[in-house]
Amino acid sequence: MSNEQVIGWSKHELAARIALDLEDGWFVNLGIGIPTLVADFIPEGREIILHSENGLLGLGPKPAPGEEDPDLVNAGKEPITLKPGGCFFSQADSFAMIRGGHLDATILGAFQVSQFGDLASWKLPNSPLGRVGGAMDLTAGSKRVFLCMQHTTKKGEAKIVEECTYPLTTPRCVDRIYTELAVIDVTENGLIVIELAPNVTFEYVQERTAAPLKVQLQTVGASK
Amino acid sequence: MIQKKFESTAHAVADIKDGATLLVGGFGGSGLPSQLVAALVKQGAKDLTVVSNNIGAVSEGVAALISNNQVKKIICSFPVGPHADDLIDRLQKGTIELEIVPQGTLAERIRAGGAGIPAFYTPTAVNTELGEGKETRVFNGREYVLEHAIVGDYAFIKAQRADRWGNIVYYKTQRNFNPVMATAARITIAEVNEIVEVGELNPENIVTPSIFVHRLVQVEPQREGKVLVNE
Repeated sequence: MSNEQVIGWSKHELAARIALDLEDGWFVNLGIGIPTLVADFIPEGREIILHSENGLLGLGPKPAPGEEDPDLVNAGKEPITLKPGGCFFSQADSFAMIRGGHLDATILGAFQVSQFGDLASWKLPNSPLGRVGGAMDLTAGSKRVFLCMQHTTKKGEAKIVEECTYPLTTPRCVDRIYTELAVIDVTENGLIVIELAPNVTFEYVQERTAAPLKVQLQTVGASK
Repeated sequence: MIQKKFESTAHAVADIKDGATLLVGGFGGSGLPSQLVAALVKQGAKDLTVVSNNIGAVSEGVAALISNNQVKKIICSFPVGPHADDLIDRLQKGTIELEIVPQGTLAERIRAGGAGIPAFYTPTAVNTELGEGKETRVFNGREYVLEHAIVGDYAFIKAQRADRWGNIVYYKTQRNFNPVMATAARITIAEVNEIVEVGELNPENIVTPSIFVHRLVQVEPQREGKVLVNE
Protein backbone atom coordinates (compact mmCIF):
# COMPACT_ATOMS: atom_id res chain seq x y z
CA MET A 1 0.00 0.00 0.00
CA SER A 2 1.17 3.48 -0.83
CA ASN A 3 1.42 6.01 1.95
CA GLU A 4 0.32 8.72 -0.42
CA GLN A 5 -3.03 10.20 0.46
CA VAL A 6 -5.76 9.71 -2.13
CA ILE A 7 -6.20 13.00 -3.92
CA GLY A 8 -9.18 13.92 -6.04
CA TRP A 9 -12.23 11.86 -6.97
CA SER A 10 -12.56 8.18 -6.07
CA LYS A 11 -13.37 5.68 -8.84
CA HIS A 12 -17.04 5.80 -7.95
CA GLU A 13 -17.10 9.59 -7.73
CA LEU A 14 -15.44 9.76 -11.13
CA ALA A 15 -18.00 7.39 -12.64
CA ALA A 16 -20.81 9.47 -11.10
CA ARG A 17 -19.26 12.67 -12.50
CA ILE A 18 -19.11 11.21 -16.02
CA ALA A 19 -22.72 10.02 -15.77
CA LEU A 20 -23.84 13.63 -15.25
CA ASP A 21 -22.73 14.46 -18.80
CA LEU A 22 -24.81 11.74 -20.47
CA GLU A 23 -28.04 13.15 -21.86
CA ASP A 24 -31.50 11.65 -21.88
CA GLY A 25 -31.96 9.41 -24.90
CA TRP A 26 -28.27 8.90 -25.68
CA PHE A 27 -26.87 5.59 -26.92
CA VAL A 28 -23.58 5.04 -25.10
CA ASN A 29 -20.85 2.39 -25.19
CA LEU A 30 -18.97 1.80 -21.93
CA GLY A 31 -15.47 0.30 -22.02
CA ILE A 32 -13.97 -2.16 -19.57
CA GLY A 33 -12.98 -0.92 -16.06
CA ILE A 34 -14.13 2.36 -14.50
CA PRO A 35 -16.36 3.19 -17.52
CA THR A 36 -18.45 0.12 -16.65
CA LEU A 37 -19.22 1.74 -13.28
CA VAL A 38 -20.85 4.71 -15.02
CA ALA A 39 -23.95 2.56 -15.56
CA ASP A 40 -24.61 2.58 -11.81
CA PHE A 41 -24.77 6.40 -11.64
CA ILE A 42 -27.13 7.43 -14.45
CA PRO A 43 -29.13 10.34 -12.96
CA GLU A 44 -32.74 9.50 -12.20
CA GLY A 45 -35.20 10.44 -14.91
CA ARG A 46 -32.72 9.98 -17.76
CA GLU A 47 -33.00 7.02 -20.11
CA ILE A 48 -29.55 6.15 -21.42
CA ILE A 49 -29.39 3.08 -23.64
CA LEU A 50 -26.11 1.24 -23.18
CA HIS A 51 -24.50 -0.58 -26.10
CA SER A 52 -22.15 -3.51 -25.76
CA GLU A 53 -20.11 -4.23 -28.87
CA ASN A 54 -20.44 -8.00 -28.60
CA GLY A 55 -24.02 -7.46 -29.74
CA LEU A 56 -26.60 -5.87 -27.51
CA LEU A 57 -28.42 -2.65 -26.73
CA GLY A 58 -30.10 -2.10 -23.38
CA LEU A 59 -27.42 -3.42 -21.05
CA GLY A 60 -28.67 -3.68 -17.48
CA PRO A 61 -26.99 -4.11 -14.11
CA LYS A 62 -25.02 -7.13 -12.94
CA PRO A 63 -27.19 -10.20 -12.23
CA ALA A 64 -27.74 -11.37 -8.67
CA PRO A 65 -25.39 -14.17 -7.56
CA GLY A 66 -26.61 -17.44 -9.02
CA GLU A 67 -28.55 -15.66 -11.78
CA GLU A 68 -25.59 -15.38 -14.19
CA ASP A 69 -26.07 -16.65 -17.74
CA PRO A 70 -22.87 -17.54 -19.65
CA ASP A 71 -24.57 -16.45 -22.87
CA LEU A 72 -25.57 -13.02 -21.56
CA VAL A 73 -22.30 -11.14 -21.24
CA ASN A 74 -20.82 -7.70 -21.91
CA ALA A 75 -17.74 -6.81 -23.97
CA GLY A 76 -15.59 -7.63 -20.94
CA LYS A 77 -17.14 -11.13 -21.03
CA GLU A 78 -18.73 -10.48 -17.62
CA PRO A 79 -22.30 -11.64 -16.88
CA ILE A 80 -24.85 -8.83 -17.25
CA THR A 81 -28.60 -8.43 -17.63
CA LEU A 82 -30.79 -7.06 -20.41
CA LYS A 83 -33.22 -4.22 -19.68
CA PRO A 84 -36.79 -4.29 -21.00
CA GLY A 85 -36.53 -2.92 -24.55
CA GLY A 86 -33.08 -4.39 -24.99
CA CYS A 87 -32.14 -6.54 -27.98
CA PHE A 88 -29.42 -8.70 -29.51
CA PHE A 89 -27.72 -8.43 -32.89
CA SER A 90 -24.72 -9.72 -34.82
CA GLN A 91 -21.21 -8.26 -34.88
CA ALA A 92 -21.75 -6.82 -38.35
CA ASP A 93 -24.81 -4.89 -37.10
CA SER A 94 -23.09 -3.91 -33.87
CA PHE A 95 -20.21 -2.30 -35.73
CA ALA A 96 -22.52 -0.72 -38.30
CA MET A 97 -23.95 1.14 -35.30
CA ILE A 98 -20.45 2.05 -34.13
CA ARG A 99 -18.76 2.90 -37.41
CA GLY A 100 -21.88 4.43 -38.87
CA GLY A 101 -21.88 7.23 -36.28
CA HIS A 102 -25.00 6.09 -34.41
CA LEU A 103 -23.50 6.08 -30.91
CA ASP A 104 -23.76 9.38 -29.05
CA ALA A 105 -20.74 8.64 -26.90
CA THR A 106 -18.13 6.05 -26.15
CA ILE A 107 -16.34 6.06 -22.80
CA LEU A 108 -13.05 4.21 -22.50
CA GLY A 109 -9.68 4.09 -20.80
CA ALA A 110 -6.29 5.10 -22.22
CA PHE A 111 -2.54 4.64 -21.92
CA GLN A 112 -1.88 8.12 -23.33
CA VAL A 113 -3.74 11.03 -24.88
CA SER A 114 -2.12 13.94 -26.69
CA GLN A 115 -2.96 17.63 -26.58
CA PHE A 116 -4.62 17.15 -30.00
CA GLY A 117 -6.87 14.33 -28.82
CA ASP A 118 -4.77 11.51 -30.28
CA LEU A 119 -5.54 8.35 -28.33
CA ALA A 120 -3.22 5.44 -27.46
CA SER A 121 -5.04 2.63 -25.67
CA TRP A 122 -4.50 -0.74 -27.32
CA LYS A 123 -0.86 -1.71 -27.30
CA LEU A 124 2.31 -1.18 -25.32
CA PRO A 125 5.34 -0.08 -27.35
CA ASN A 126 7.30 -3.04 -28.79
CA SER A 127 4.75 -5.60 -27.59
CA PRO A 128 4.06 -8.41 -30.10
CA LEU A 129 0.45 -8.50 -28.89
CA GLY A 130 -2.18 -5.82 -28.69
CA ARG A 131 -5.71 -5.88 -27.41
CA VAL A 132 -7.47 -3.79 -30.00
CA GLY A 133 -10.94 -5.32 -29.78
CA GLY A 134 -13.45 -2.65 -30.79
CA ALA A 135 -11.43 0.35 -29.57
CA MET A 136 -10.37 1.62 -33.00
CA ASP A 137 -13.87 1.34 -34.46
CA LEU A 138 -15.49 2.93 -31.39
CA THR A 139 -13.15 5.91 -31.34
CA ALA A 140 -13.26 6.41 -35.12
CA GLY A 141 -17.05 6.16 -35.30
CA SER A 142 -18.73 7.55 -32.16
CA LYS A 143 -20.10 11.08 -32.09
CA ARG A 144 -18.19 11.81 -28.86
CA VAL A 145 -15.18 10.10 -27.33
CA PHE A 146 -14.82 10.50 -23.57
CA LEU A 147 -11.74 9.16 -21.83
CA CYS A 148 -11.86 7.97 -18.26
CA MET A 149 -8.43 7.36 -16.79
CA GLN A 150 -5.98 7.90 -13.96
CA HIS A 151 -4.22 11.22 -14.49
CA THR A 152 -0.75 9.63 -14.36
CA THR A 153 0.72 6.12 -14.53
CA LYS A 154 1.35 4.18 -11.33
CA LYS A 155 4.95 5.43 -11.53
CA GLY A 156 3.70 9.02 -11.71
CA GLU A 157 4.44 9.58 -15.41
CA ALA A 158 2.12 11.92 -17.28
CA LYS A 159 -0.46 10.22 -19.51
CA ILE A 160 -1.64 13.51 -21.02
CA VAL A 161 1.23 14.43 -23.33
CA GLU A 162 2.22 16.67 -26.24
CA GLU A 163 2.65 13.71 -28.64
CA CYS A 164 1.76 10.07 -27.93
CA THR A 165 4.74 7.70 -27.86
CA TYR A 166 2.54 4.58 -27.65
CA PRO A 167 0.89 3.09 -30.77
CA LEU A 168 -2.21 5.11 -31.68
CA THR A 169 -5.74 3.80 -31.46
CA THR A 170 -7.22 6.69 -33.42
CA PRO A 171 -5.68 10.13 -34.06
CA ARG A 172 -7.61 13.32 -33.23
CA CYS A 173 -10.61 11.57 -31.72
CA VAL A 174 -10.89 12.50 -28.02
CA ASP A 175 -13.42 15.15 -26.98
CA ARG A 176 -13.18 15.11 -23.20
CA ILE A 177 -10.84 13.60 -20.58
CA TYR A 178 -12.02 12.66 -17.08
CA THR A 179 -9.37 11.89 -14.47
CA GLU A 180 -9.41 11.74 -10.67
CA LEU A 181 -8.08 15.32 -10.72
CA ALA A 182 -9.99 17.18 -13.39
CA VAL A 183 -12.30 17.28 -16.39
CA ILE A 184 -10.43 18.48 -19.47
CA ASP A 185 -11.85 19.35 -22.88
CA VAL A 186 -9.83 18.82 -26.05
CA THR A 187 -10.44 21.85 -28.26
CA GLU A 188 -8.97 23.58 -31.29
CA ASN A 189 -7.41 25.96 -28.76
CA GLY A 190 -5.73 23.14 -26.86
CA LEU A 191 -6.53 21.38 -23.61
CA ILE A 192 -8.92 23.29 -21.36
CA VAL A 193 -9.57 22.33 -17.74
CA ILE A 194 -13.30 22.83 -17.23
CA GLU A 195 -13.55 21.36 -13.75
CA LEU A 196 -11.23 20.52 -10.85
CA ALA A 197 -11.83 17.82 -8.24
CA PRO A 198 -12.36 19.14 -4.70
CA ASN A 199 -9.15 20.51 -3.12
CA VAL A 200 -7.19 20.11 -6.37
CA THR A 201 -5.56 23.21 -7.83
CA PHE A 202 -4.94 23.98 -11.50
CA GLU A 203 -1.20 24.10 -10.78
CA TYR A 204 -1.33 20.60 -9.25
CA VAL A 205 -2.99 19.28 -12.42
CA GLN A 206 -0.56 21.10 -14.74
CA GLU A 207 2.46 19.66 -12.85
CA ARG A 208 1.16 16.17 -13.63
CA THR A 209 0.40 16.89 -17.28
CA ALA A 210 3.07 16.91 -20.02
CA ALA A 211 1.16 19.29 -22.29
CA PRO A 212 0.05 22.89 -21.77
CA LEU A 213 -3.32 23.35 -20.08
CA LYS A 214 -5.65 26.32 -19.99
CA VAL A 215 -8.41 26.79 -17.48
CA GLN A 216 -12.00 27.86 -18.05
CA LEU A 217 -14.14 26.41 -15.28
CA GLN A 218 -17.73 25.49 -16.18
CA THR A 219 -20.84 24.46 -14.31
CA VAL A 220 -20.86 20.76 -13.51
CA GLY A 221 -22.65 18.66 -16.07
CA ALA A 222 -22.47 21.20 -18.91
CA SER A 223 -22.90 19.16 -22.06
CA LYS A 224 -20.45 19.12 -24.88
CA MET B 1 -35.18 -34.64 -48.86
CA ILE B 2 -32.79 -32.11 -47.44
CA GLN B 3 -30.75 -33.67 -44.69
CA LYS B 4 -27.94 -31.60 -43.20
CA LYS B 5 -27.75 -33.39 -39.89
CA PHE B 6 -24.48 -35.23 -39.15
CA GLU B 7 -24.46 -37.91 -36.50
CA SER B 8 -21.47 -36.51 -34.65
CA THR B 9 -19.06 -33.59 -34.52
CA ALA B 10 -16.33 -36.01 -35.66
CA HIS B 11 -18.25 -36.80 -38.87
CA ALA B 12 -19.04 -33.14 -39.45
CA VAL B 13 -15.37 -32.08 -39.43
CA ALA B 14 -13.86 -35.26 -40.97
CA ASP B 15 -13.10 -33.78 -44.42
CA ILE B 16 -11.26 -30.64 -43.26
CA LYS B 17 -7.86 -30.72 -44.91
CA ASP B 18 -4.47 -29.33 -43.94
CA GLY B 19 -4.12 -25.69 -44.93
CA ALA B 20 -7.83 -24.88 -44.68
CA THR B 21 -9.13 -21.46 -43.64
CA LEU B 22 -11.54 -21.77 -40.74
CA LEU B 23 -13.87 -19.16 -39.25
CA VAL B 24 -14.79 -19.82 -35.60
CA GLY B 25 -17.70 -17.94 -34.03
CA GLY B 26 -18.00 -16.80 -30.45
CA PHE B 27 -16.97 -13.97 -28.18
CA GLY B 28 -14.91 -15.51 -25.41
CA GLY B 29 -16.90 -18.55 -24.32
CA SER B 30 -20.28 -17.17 -25.37
CA GLY B 31 -21.44 -18.60 -28.69
CA LEU B 32 -18.23 -20.58 -29.09
CA PRO B 33 -18.73 -23.84 -31.06
CA SER B 34 -16.43 -25.57 -28.62
CA GLN B 35 -17.46 -29.15 -29.44
CA LEU B 36 -16.70 -28.71 -33.14
CA VAL B 37 -13.31 -27.26 -32.19
CA ALA B 38 -12.69 -30.23 -29.87
CA ALA B 39 -13.54 -32.60 -32.74
CA LEU B 40 -11.08 -30.81 -35.01
CA VAL B 41 -8.36 -31.16 -32.35
CA LYS B 42 -8.94 -34.93 -32.48
CA GLN B 43 -9.13 -34.92 -36.29
CA GLY B 44 -5.75 -33.22 -36.43
CA ALA B 45 -5.79 -31.09 -39.64
CA LYS B 46 -2.72 -28.85 -39.67
CA ASP B 47 -1.47 -25.53 -41.10
CA LEU B 48 -4.87 -23.98 -40.53
CA THR B 49 -5.61 -20.29 -40.90
CA VAL B 50 -8.08 -19.51 -38.12
CA VAL B 51 -10.26 -16.41 -37.99
CA SER B 52 -11.86 -15.78 -34.59
CA ASN B 53 -12.35 -12.71 -32.42
CA ASN B 54 -10.77 -13.78 -29.11
CA ILE B 55 -7.82 -16.08 -28.73
CA GLY B 56 -7.08 -17.42 -25.26
CA ALA B 57 -10.12 -16.18 -23.33
CA VAL B 58 -11.13 -19.79 -22.68
CA SER B 59 -9.15 -23.04 -22.90
CA GLU B 60 -11.61 -24.91 -25.14
CA GLY B 61 -11.56 -22.40 -28.00
CA VAL B 62 -9.02 -21.76 -30.72
CA ALA B 63 -6.39 -21.93 -27.95
CA ALA B 64 -6.80 -25.72 -28.04
CA LEU B 65 -5.95 -25.81 -31.77
CA ILE B 66 -2.87 -23.65 -31.13
CA SER B 67 -1.72 -25.86 -28.24
CA ASN B 68 -2.06 -28.87 -30.56
CA ASN B 69 0.15 -27.14 -33.19
CA GLN B 70 -2.57 -27.14 -35.86
CA VAL B 71 -2.51 -23.42 -36.61
CA LYS B 72 -0.31 -21.58 -39.10
CA LYS B 73 -1.99 -18.19 -38.90
CA ILE B 74 -4.40 -16.42 -36.56
CA ILE B 75 -6.59 -13.49 -37.61
CA CYS B 76 -8.28 -11.91 -34.57
CA SER B 77 -8.92 -8.70 -32.64
CA PHE B 78 -8.08 -9.77 -29.10
CA PRO B 79 -5.21 -12.26 -28.68
CA VAL B 80 -5.10 -11.81 -24.91
CA GLY B 81 -6.45 -13.90 -22.07
CA PRO B 82 -5.65 -16.49 -19.42
CA HIS B 83 -5.15 -19.18 -22.09
CA ALA B 84 -2.98 -17.24 -24.55
CA ASP B 85 0.38 -18.61 -23.29
CA ASP B 86 0.75 -21.13 -26.11
CA LEU B 87 0.03 -18.43 -28.68
CA ILE B 88 2.77 -16.23 -27.19
CA ASP B 89 5.11 -19.23 -27.14
CA ARG B 90 4.44 -20.07 -30.83
CA LEU B 91 4.86 -16.41 -31.79
CA GLN B 92 8.24 -16.26 -30.06
CA LYS B 93 9.29 -19.49 -31.83
CA GLY B 94 8.09 -18.02 -35.11
CA THR B 95 5.87 -21.00 -35.88
CA ILE B 96 2.65 -19.00 -36.00
CA GLU B 97 1.68 -15.78 -37.72
CA LEU B 98 -0.66 -13.28 -36.02
CA GLU B 99 -2.76 -10.66 -37.81
CA ILE B 100 -4.52 -8.30 -35.41
CA VAL B 101 -7.62 -6.69 -36.92
CA PRO B 102 -9.95 -4.14 -35.29
CA GLN B 103 -13.10 -5.95 -34.22
CA GLY B 104 -15.45 -4.00 -36.47
CA THR B 105 -13.12 -4.36 -39.44
CA LEU B 106 -12.96 -8.10 -38.75
CA ALA B 107 -16.76 -8.34 -38.73
CA GLU B 108 -17.05 -6.28 -41.91
CA ARG B 109 -14.32 -8.19 -43.75
CA ILE B 110 -16.27 -11.39 -43.04
CA ARG B 111 -19.59 -9.73 -43.96
CA ALA B 112 -18.06 -8.53 -47.24
CA GLY B 113 -16.73 -12.02 -47.92
CA GLY B 114 -20.18 -13.49 -47.52
CA ALA B 115 -21.79 -10.73 -49.58
CA GLY B 116 -19.49 -11.00 -52.60
CA ILE B 117 -17.70 -7.70 -51.98
CA PRO B 118 -13.92 -8.09 -52.39
CA ALA B 119 -12.85 -5.02 -50.42
CA PHE B 120 -14.18 -1.85 -48.80
CA TYR B 121 -13.04 1.42 -47.27
CA THR B 122 -13.32 2.08 -43.53
CA PRO B 123 -12.26 4.99 -41.29
CA THR B 124 -11.07 2.56 -38.62
CA ALA B 125 -7.26 2.31 -38.17
CA VAL B 126 -6.40 5.27 -40.42
CA ASN B 127 -2.93 6.57 -39.44
CA THR B 128 -2.31 3.75 -36.97
CA GLU B 129 -0.06 0.70 -36.97
CA LEU B 130 -2.99 -1.47 -38.13
CA GLY B 131 -3.55 0.76 -41.15
CA GLU B 132 0.10 0.82 -42.22
CA GLY B 133 0.83 -0.23 -45.79
CA LYS B 134 -2.83 -0.26 -46.78
CA GLU B 135 -4.27 1.74 -49.65
CA THR B 136 -6.03 4.89 -48.52
CA ARG B 137 -8.52 7.17 -50.19
CA VAL B 138 -10.25 10.40 -49.21
CA PHE B 139 -14.05 10.62 -49.42
CA ASN B 140 -15.77 13.89 -48.48
CA GLY B 141 -12.61 15.17 -46.82
CA ARG B 142 -12.03 12.15 -44.60
CA GLU B 143 -9.38 9.47 -45.06
CA TYR B 144 -10.25 5.77 -45.23
CA VAL B 145 -8.22 2.56 -45.54
CA LEU B 146 -8.96 -0.28 -47.94
CA GLU B 147 -9.68 -3.59 -46.22
CA HIS B 148 -10.07 -6.93 -48.00
CA ALA B 149 -12.81 -9.51 -47.55
CA ILE B 150 -12.32 -12.75 -45.65
CA VAL B 151 -13.80 -16.00 -46.97
CA GLY B 152 -13.43 -19.32 -45.18
CA ASP B 153 -13.29 -22.88 -46.43
CA TYR B 154 -15.27 -23.77 -43.32
CA ALA B 155 -17.14 -21.84 -40.62
CA PHE B 156 -17.91 -23.29 -37.19
CA ILE B 157 -20.91 -21.62 -35.63
CA LYS B 158 -22.84 -22.13 -32.40
CA ALA B 159 -26.59 -21.65 -32.04
CA GLN B 160 -29.48 -22.58 -29.85
CA ARG B 161 -31.81 -24.18 -32.36
CA ALA B 162 -31.99 -25.14 -36.02
CA ASP B 163 -34.64 -26.75 -38.18
CA ARG B 164 -33.90 -29.62 -40.55
CA TRP B 165 -33.19 -27.23 -43.42
CA GLY B 166 -30.63 -25.32 -41.35
CA ASN B 167 -32.59 -22.20 -40.47
CA ILE B 168 -31.13 -20.93 -37.23
CA VAL B 169 -32.07 -18.99 -34.11
CA TYR B 170 -29.60 -17.93 -31.45
CA TYR B 171 -29.72 -17.31 -27.72
CA LYS B 172 -28.86 -13.90 -26.24
CA THR B 173 -25.27 -12.68 -26.79
CA GLN B 174 -24.33 -16.10 -28.15
CA ARG B 175 -25.20 -14.56 -31.51
CA ASN B 176 -22.10 -12.28 -31.85
CA PHE B 177 -19.93 -13.39 -34.81
CA ASN B 178 -21.98 -16.48 -35.65
CA PRO B 179 -24.52 -15.08 -38.15
CA VAL B 180 -21.90 -13.16 -40.12
CA MET B 181 -19.44 -16.07 -40.21
CA ALA B 182 -22.22 -18.38 -41.38
CA THR B 183 -22.46 -16.35 -44.59
CA ALA B 184 -18.76 -16.36 -45.43
CA ALA B 185 -17.66 -19.97 -45.77
CA ARG B 186 -17.87 -22.62 -48.47
CA ILE B 187 -19.12 -25.06 -45.81
CA THR B 188 -20.77 -23.75 -42.64
CA ILE B 189 -21.15 -26.25 -39.82
CA ALA B 190 -23.54 -25.35 -37.02
CA GLU B 191 -23.30 -26.83 -33.53
CA VAL B 192 -26.79 -26.54 -32.06
CA ASN B 193 -28.53 -27.65 -28.90
CA GLU B 194 -31.68 -28.70 -30.69
CA ILE B 195 -32.83 -29.62 -34.22
CA VAL B 196 -36.55 -29.26 -34.89
CA GLU B 197 -38.76 -30.12 -37.88
CA VAL B 198 -39.24 -27.60 -40.69
CA GLY B 199 -42.05 -25.20 -39.85
CA GLU B 200 -41.47 -25.22 -36.12
CA LEU B 201 -39.38 -22.04 -36.08
CA ASN B 202 -41.23 -18.75 -36.38
CA PRO B 203 -40.12 -17.39 -39.78
CA GLU B 204 -40.06 -13.85 -38.31
CA ASN B 205 -37.42 -14.96 -35.81
CA ILE B 206 -34.98 -16.82 -38.05
CA VAL B 207 -31.63 -14.99 -37.91
CA THR B 208 -29.52 -17.19 -40.19
CA PRO B 209 -31.49 -18.51 -43.19
CA SER B 210 -30.79 -22.09 -44.26
CA ILE B 211 -29.04 -21.04 -47.48
CA PHE B 212 -25.97 -20.22 -45.37
CA VAL B 213 -25.87 -23.49 -43.39
CA HIS B 214 -24.55 -26.75 -44.82
CA ARG B 215 -24.12 -29.11 -41.88
CA LEU B 216 -25.84 -29.47 -38.51
CA VAL B 217 -24.72 -31.29 -35.41
CA GLN B 218 -26.85 -31.56 -32.32
CA VAL B 219 -24.86 -31.50 -29.09
CA GLU B 220 -25.52 -31.62 -25.38
CA PRO B 221 -24.93 -28.15 -23.93
CA GLN B 222 -21.72 -28.38 -21.92
CA ARG B 223 -21.48 -24.93 -20.44
CA GLU B 224 -24.55 -25.07 -18.23
CA GLY B 225 -23.99 -22.95 -15.15
CA LYS B 226 -20.38 -22.25 -16.07
CA VAL B 227 -19.76 -18.55 -16.06
CA LEU B 228 -16.60 -17.04 -17.36
CA VAL B 229 -15.26 -14.36 -15.06
CA ASN B 230 -13.30 -11.59 -16.70
CA GLU B 231 -9.55 -12.08 -16.40
